[in-house]
Amino acid sequence: MLEALQFEFMRNALLAGLLASIVCGVIGTFVVVNRIVFISGGIAHAAYGGIGLAFFFGFSYLMGILGFSLLVAAIMAAVSLKTRQRADTIIGVLWAVGMALGVILLDLTPGYNVDLMSYLFGSILTVPVSDLWLMLIIDGLVVVTVGYFYHDLVSLSYDEEFAQVRGVPTKILYFLLMAMIALSVVMIIQVVGLILVIALLTIPPYISEKFSDSLLGMMFYSILLNIFFTTVGLWLSYTFNLTSGASIIMIAATCFFISILLERVRPKGMRI
Amino acid sequence: MSSPVIKVRDLWFSYNGNPVLKDVNLTIHPRDFLAVIGPNGGGKTTLIKLMLGLLVPDRGTVRVFGHSPRVAAESIGYVPQDIGTNNSFPISVRDVVLMGRMRGGGGWRRFSRSDKIAARQALERVEMWEYRKRRIGELSGGQRQRVFMARALVGDPKILFLDEPTASVDQKGQTDFYAFLKQLNEDITVVVVSHDLMVLSSYIKSVACVSQQVFFHDAPEITKDMLEMAYHCPVELIAHGVPHRVLPKHSGESDAGSASV
Repeated sequence: MLEALQFEFMRNALLAGLLASIVCGVIGTFVVVNRIVFISGGIAHAAYGGIGLAFFFGFSYLMGILGFSLLVAAIMAAVSLKTRQRADTIIGVLWAVGMALGVILLDLTPGYNVDLMSYLFGSILTVPVSDLWLMLIIDGLVVVTVGYFYHDLVSLSYDEEFAQVRGVPTKILYFLLMAMIALSVVMIIQVVGLILVIALLTIPPYISEKFSDSLLGMMFYSILLNIFFTTVGLWLSYTFNLTSGASIIMIAATCFFISILLERVRPKGMRI
Repeated sequence: MSSPVIKVRDLWFSYNGNPVLKDVNLTIHPRDFLAVIGPNGGGKTTLIKLMLGLLVPDRGTVRVFGHSPRVAAESIGYVPQDIGTNNSFPISVRDVVLMGRMRGGGGWRRFSRSDKIAARQALERVEMWEYRKRRIGELSGGQRQRVFMARALVGDPKILFLDEPTASVDQKGQTDFYAFLKQLNEDITVVVVSHDLMVLSSYIKSVACVSQQVFFHDAPEITKDMLEMAYHCPVELIAHGVPHRVLPKHSGESDAGSASV
């Protein structure tokens, strides 16, 4: 691993993993406890429409995906607040429409050869330094926002109605949470790709939840786990010449199943 | 007489075009102990949520201490139905109670020393202080209900709303719980949604039957008359597993109205 560090792309990849770990740990915690994994998946997939738009109209790929996923996140948040009964169906439709739009726009873009694979499975080994800066800014934004609204977000997540009675602006916070998920998704796509976004958002918080006493603790352990997964995954990918995104997820998935097994084995009520 | 705690005037509410509440007028006076009863889907919880400001009426007004429920939020305590869906949530008993001291709108440092003292007093009041560090999901239904009670009381409310508070509590726990409520009722107005009028009957001061319309029965003390009045509600009683319907209905209530319930 140490010899690998002499390569700039490897250093950048590790940094990208670290930066993504922070945001995934923080946002993934809210995704898991609010049970909005499906919406997060919807945002991640519909974001492909943003890539299509960016290439078709010739603006920056990152701006396209960022703007489009924020828009989709806002629509999904509005839908899930308005029509709770059939929200999942509508989110599923948006999910598909976003992807289809992206594919068609890329078809229509002259001379463009689509590298769908790097979008689906990530391109952490080719992350440019400019993207690292952007990731750092998003990390900062998310951490500061969550820090400022921490207690509001916790009470929204635990008991939305009670929070509302106490005067917490739950609807605004819900939209804010969706916007932060969109931001995170854009970032994680760089690292592990769209297909694998959900795993990195959900597996670490799921494992952490069992031995955390608060959401803050859950975030902290999730970040540590994410750093472990991305670093070990990158090492495996480098050593055995495997796809980096898939390697990261396989490490995460292995730990996920081990944690489930441990839970079965240890006596009920005992903490790790 | 002192000014009312809650004043509901000409209130209408519908959900997806289906009327849930029609022309509701209700006045709750200080230190009342009001039981809200009625058939399932009759609008009990909806009425509570309108008074809490969680729902906005189509027509009419809700006034809490003369203000909108939002403005009066500080004087409202709320114990929601424990449907036990969030029991894996990583949060300590103490942090749950501190939520009752929330005053929305962000801020880096939220809970002050006085908030923490209030949380301790509320937990001691419901005899749950020794459980403060436990995760909420590790508690029994009855213990969790007491924690939710502490969370409602920690904000020092003047009116307390409880929605099916004893649904997950055993018989002994229920009796204790209502005895505690009665003690609280010396200072606080209590509004409780419940199916179990038999348990309630020895504590309540008035009854509101909700079945699209609201029928208010005021009585200074529990009397046989009042119980009879209460049972005039078209409420489905489950006695020893045998459902039967108590008749007659309120005058003015159409068959169509109760059929759509």
